[in-house]
Amino acid sequence: MEEQRRPHILVTGAAGALAQQVIDRLRETCNLVAVDFREQVYLGDDIPSYCIDFNKRSFEDLFRRYQFDGIIHLGRIMSSQLTRMRRYNANVLGTQKLLDLSHKYNIRRMVVLSTFHVYGAVAYNPALIDEEAPLKSAGLSADLIDSVELENLANIYLWRYPDLNITILRPCNIVGPGVRNSISTLLGMERAPVLAGFSPMMQFIHIDDMADAIVLTYNKPQRGIFNVAPEDWVAYQHALKLCGCKRIPIPSIPPILPKIILRTLNLRSFPSYLMHFFKYPVVIDGRAFAREFGFTPKRPLKEIFRFYRENKKPV
Amino acid sequence: MGLASFLKSRLIPADLESHINRIRKPIGSLGYDPWGYNNEVMKYGFSLTRQIYEKYFRVEATGVEKIPAEGPVLIVPNHSGQLPVDGLLIAYALASREEKPRIPRAMIERFFPTVPYLGNLLNEFGAVLGDPTNCAKMLANGEAVIVFPEGVRGSGKLYHDRYQLKRFGNGFMHLAMKYNAPIVPVGVVGCEETIPAIADIKPLARLLGIPYAPLAMPVVLPAKVHLNFGDPMVFDDREIPEEQVTERVEQVKAAISELIDTGLSERKRLF
Repeated sequence: MEEQRRPHILVTGAAGALAQQVIDRLRETCNLVAVDFREQVYLGDDIPSYCIDFNKRSFEDLFRRYQFDGIIHLGRIMSSQLTRMRRYNANVLGTQKLLDLSHKYNIRRMVVLSTFHVYGAVAYNPALIDEEAPLKSAGLSADLIDSVELENLANIYLWRYPDLNITILRPCNIVGPGVRNSISTLLGMERAPVLAGFSPMMQFIHIDDMADAIVLTYNKPQRGIFNVAPEDWVAYQHALKLCGCKRIPIPSIPPILPKIILRTLNLRSFPSYLMHFFKYPVVIDGRAFAREFGFTPKRPLKEIFRFYRENKKPV
Repeated sequence: MGLASFLKSRLIPADLESHINRIRKPIGSLGYDPWGYNNEVMKYGFSLTRQIYEKYFRVEATGVEKIPAEGPVLIVPNHSGQLPVDGLLIAYALASREEKPRIPRAMIERFFPTVPYLGNLLNEFGAVLGDPTNCAKMLANGEAVIVFPEGVRGSGKLYHDRYQLKRFGNGFMHLAMKYNAPIVPVGVVGCEETIPAIADIKPLARLLGIPYAPLAMPVVLPAKVHLNFGDPMVFDDREIPEEQVTERVEQVKAAISELIDTGLSERKRLF
């Protein structure tokens, strides 16, 4: 009797720590192919790995060759990387290409990683934001437009082609070993900037928990959009304190002042267009996801912050 | 003993600490809830408010035991006195009651979160941005919520309008009906005299981006404050036209008006 075919899955963003965690969890049971548009990474002999631009024609060859059943789309250039234009090309146009090919090659399951940044940080945000809340971020900064556009595209395909079974995940701050996003860099620093007088509530999810969440999602074909966040909260400045960071206050009023200062400093971890996220809270409600996929995060905040405190000086 | 723990021991006596600790709040592993309430900071706020409540305003509260011991409840008072002192005093009255104390959440003006330091501090004491979604989520969490349906219309009114209720919004009634939350009306007497304002300098308010800029003495006068809590009013969650919702709101308004009159008649002197 022929052995049952192992699912073939394409994982994007393979150079990132999160994708590698996801790959580790799935490699036993699935045939994986890893791609990244930044660099080629070696993930063992059993996993073909490519450095490829989704907008190039050769990308389609992967679909012909490997006959994917599902896609886990984690690859995106973060808002602190590259120029706005290149980010738009990679994140928005690249995702569109990926979605088009997925439809063409009858993909049956797709998980797309978005971010809570799409909600936008405004003073009037209620806490525990639901998935159906408006995405205000595009109106606040042109640098976050690609995040919203990426999601809009995935949304259109989610409803137009139900067979793709798209699930979009909007996680809170992903942190932990190997994570290179701006918040993780801040927590890892000896001295971190804060806006004087502002310490918004934040949520953090450990990279291992997030990888678990993605695998859970992939395994249950439930279409939709979900926030992913543990039911635990902490103020930004308190989090820095627990990570052993000295806080460097930046004058916060009038609002133009911190903007000028941050533009002048041009810090990668504290860019001026993310400034509002360090001023006003964006607290999301992750209960729908937890209920639907039976997800419980296992790493508490204290453990996350201990890691940053103990790894201030990387070896 | 470090400075922080020395200060804490002086400011927060053991009885106060145990009093607050026995009030259970749905908080995370680091003592915060999603709206920024913080159990530890709250203790300092409580200790400070005790002085203001007992020594400065010498508050007399009647009927605070009428607020249910658990489950969602909306506490609806009249609003007055330029600063949200009334909300603070009502919250303290409920948090300090001997039998089944609760830490209520006050819905605050939308401009507070934009004010550095103060915005965060108010959040840590349990105040929450006055947004219907916030109120709904908190009622769903079984919290006691203080709402001022008059909003800035009430707190910003001038001294010659004192103890006249301004227009009530209907939002609180919809939430009370949806979440089966009883409404406890409260009549606040005395806060009108804390900052008597004779005019509102509108251009200045616009310039500063604040709701109103009262022309008043730059002090908070130590008026004696009376808080009269009414009986809980329960409204069913039938689908009814807005007109009938407004009628229900008027019932609450009438109850508050009556409680204010009681307070005014019981009051012997202003200070």
